[in-house]
Amino acid sequence: MKKTLTGIALACSVIVAAHAAQTMRINGGGATFPNPIYSKWFSEYNKLHPTVEINYQSQGSGFGIQQLTQQTVFFGASDGPMTDEQLKAAPGAIMHFPTVLGAVVPVYNLSGVTAELKFTGAVLADIYLGKITKWNDDAIAKLNAGVKLPATDITVVHRSDGSGTTYIWVDYLSKVSPEFKTKVGVKTAVNWPTGVGGKGNEGVSGLVSQTPGAIGYVELIYALQTKTSYGSVQNASGEFVKASVDAVTKAAAGAAANMPADFRVSITNAQGKGVYPVSSFTWLLLYQDAKDKTQAKTMVDFVKWALGDGQKYCSELGYAPLPPSVVKLELAALAKVKTS
Amino acid sequence: MSRTSRRKLLSALFVGFCGLSVTLALAPLALILFYVISQGVRSLNLAFFTHMPAPVGETGGGMYNAIVGTLILTGLGSAFAVPIGIMSGVYMSEFAGSRMAAAIRFAADTLNGVPSIVIGVFVYGVAVLPFKQFSAFAGGLALGIMMIPIIARTTEELLLLVPGTMREGALALGATRSKAVFGVVLPAALPGIITGVVLALARIAGETAPLLFTAFNNAFFTTKLNQPIASLTVQIYAYANSAYDDWHRQAWAGALVLVSIVFMCSVFARIATRRLEAMRG
Amino acid sequence: MKRSSDLTFRLGTGLFGLVLIFIVAAICFELTRQSMLSIHKFGFNFWRSQTWDPVSGEFGALPFIWGTLYSSILALVIAAPISLGIAVFISELSPAMLKQPLVFLTELLAAIPSIVYGLWGIFVLVPVVRSFEASAPAALRALPIFSGPPFGVGMLSAGLILAIMVTPFISSVAREVLKSVPLTQREGAYALGATRFEAIRAAILYARTGIIGAVMLGFGRALGETMAVTMVIGNNPRISTSLFAPQHTMSAVIANEFTEAADPLYLAALFEIGLVLFVITLAINGCSRLLIWSMARSASGSRAAATATPAEVAA
Repeated sequence: MKKTLTGIALACSVIVAAHAAQTMRINGGGATFPNPIYSKWFSEYNKLHPTVEINYQSQGSGFGIQQLTQQTVFFGASDGPMTDEQLKAAPGAIMHFPTVLGAVVPVYNLSGVTAELKFTGAVLADIYLGKITKWNDDAIAKLNAGVKLPATDITVVHRSDGSGTTYIWVDYLSKVSPEFKTKVGVKTAVNWPTGVGGKGNEGVSGLVSQTPGAIGYVELIYALQTKTSYGSVQNASGEFVKASVDAVTKAAAGAAANMPADFRVSITNAQGKGVYPVSSFTWLLLYQDAKDKTQAKTMVDFVKWALGDGQKYCSELGYAPLPPSVVKLELAALAKVKTS
Repeated sequence: MSRTSRRKLLSALFVGFCGLSVTLALAPLALILFYVISQGVRSLNLAFFTHMPAPVGETGGGMYNAIVGTLILTGLGSAFAVPIGIMSGVYMSEFAGSRMAAAIRFAADTLNGVPSIVIGVFVYGVAVLPFKQFSAFAGGLALGIMMIPIIARTTEELLLLVPGTMREGALALGATRSKAVFGVVLPAALPGIITGVVLALARIAGETAPLLFTAFNNAFFTTKLNQPIASLTVQIYAYANSAYDDWHRQAWAGALVLVSIVFMCSVFARIATRRLEAMRG
Repeated sequence: MKRSSDLTFRLGTGLFGLVLIFIVAAICFELTRQSMLSIHKFGFNFWRSQTWDPVSGEFGALPFIWGTLYSSILALVIAAPISLGIAVFISELSPAMLKQPLVFLTELLAAIPSIVYGLWGIFVLVPVVRSFEASAPAALRALPIFSGPPFGVGMLSAGLILAIMVTPFISSVAREVLKSVPLTQREGAYALGATRFEAIRAAILYARTGIIGAVMLGFGRALGETMAVTMVIGNNPRISTSLFAPQHTMSAVIANEFTEAADPLYLAALFEIGLVLFVITLAINGCSRLLIWSMARSASGSRAAATATPAEVAA
């Protein structure tokens, strides 16, 4: 028995050692929103290139930025672009590369109301400011003519943990409501005027589904996967749009025309027809001049693949692929990353 | 009511309260275990134990790397904590009145109250940042630090309970202090000390926060100690926070496996304790 | 030769104890160092301020201190009597064949990972608490301690879950302590005609320092618990006396916001919260040590009287 065990242990260590000799291991961390598609991508890439093991862990956008700045991970990922101060604090220049698009949707729990509710940005902002407190408030009723709204209190649910999802939500609300911008502001964690906090999309969704009269915000993919009902939001052109992969891609297409060179742009409340207003890019963060050039080359090759073949995995997972105009700009920027 | 019957009533009420306490404690245990088992057993198959995590949409994913990782991390933690904990416990019981012992006791109790996430952040600053590398070493260190106070205090309390006659007898026979303690007193208290170690293991086996910043997690399999390593708790945490039913089910399966591992350690410890007690006669 | 071996023994084991002390000191040092930015900006106001605003850079710890203390004390109030009841039942009252299984089962509670407690809390406990809150009679609702809308998440759920989590720790240690009380104590009481309750009470009084130690172990556990609490407490940094109100704790805010705190002041403020918790744990520890010390002093006096033989007493 002992001999067999030793034999197995030896065999394992030989296999591991041989494997380890050639494997390239790259660690990255950051946003939770793209985790499903990234895990798919890194797994597929590993199948195509068995010696490349890219280990991505989603501990949060801020975590990704922190660790990238400290250089404990080779690349980061964030749902909100890095601020100027954060970029200055990093030991080298960091480049942003949008990888996919996502959206945040308003979910609610109103049994008895079967119709899909319509919201405007201003109404959502007022709800989250605590100014609209009942479901049958005039402001909501005006948008939803013909729907019988109950006199229930609105229970506001937000995120308790810092998150890119929150960032996208408050970024949008601050654009449509000056009062929200001054009172609350834009960050991954804010001082909410009212409501309860749930941890993660799971926490918010759980709270909303169990509290009659609750309203919350979650990622589109989350709502689709958990089959939670969500409302439509009025976009800058005045249309009420229900979030969908198409509507989100349209939000980005408009942005390509005025894309800044570093891709740090917010596309909430974008102009255009059929656009879903609470959409956002999510970015992969790379040092322009990293010390380990072989790892840099591997990452550049990966990003090229992700922007090309990788995009075909988007729709099955509920993500909106990047518009080709943006991909073209990114491939040009990728050439600036030093790989030798 | 006469005084006697009042006292008797009080006694009966007290006994009833104690019985009620046991049911009150066992009720949530039953509810939670039932919940974990019913949610987790559906996803428990051979693939779970032998496969790597698969991305969403692909079936047949498992937590092989996480199971191995948890075993490695708890092993590292124990290797670090057991010597420090037991030796500190020995000092605190042997030199019980000294100021040093009081200081160690105070430090142990304080360390016990430090939240696991603070310990994780501390080890991050000490063992991850200087090397710019997440590693299984750092994870083991964080878990070990959490185990030390439980092992130390339990060892101390149990050594103090060993009758003084045993130590005195050994010393009377000419043994050095260290021989008396390690040869006679410690073995006498060993069963209880093992309970302390198992209690500490149970405490850390379910911890997520300290591993987030130290061992990180790994989608791939590795046994290298200077690399990020997967663990059941972090994997469960990641899956539970996702939107996908398949990942949720795997999270519950992972929770079931975790509880079972600790359960088995506890059983093993009890059997070992029973054997030791029988051997001593 | 014997003397030097004894010295080696003392130094050797003492060295390990020193490592323990060193680790605690290092944690304190690191926490202080990382919070310097926040300490400089807010000073003592940090302990008094109720605002927690990451956007404007205003940070205050009071709501979290309140939440941590409230939830931990609530957990102890629920768990201590129950744990003691369990310990007494297992060590004194239960039939022999139930003892091992019961010990095993109560320790199994400690084996459940805190994240599982959290998930069970969200899906099972919180809805039950919510329906309890919703069905509370109006007379009860009028009291401030039961006021507020029935969210389900809040102080009551947090207190309940913490109570369940600390019970195995308190009861295990209390059980071991009660086992060590000399049989003579109880036998003497029975000989004097005591009821079961009175005999057991005598044993508990004898072992009271150990039992307080067990409760303190549970308290430390409750103070530091992170995952399970954050999932059921509602995470709302507002001070409220109501059991039904969602509140926040120090561990929960660190866990929730640490990974997203990407600017230096925010990070320093979170570290300072960790430091505040550390200091509070030290203070509570110190107080319980004083309590135990003063009780031990009076106990040794009464213990001498209790073990005196009748002849000595009569003399």
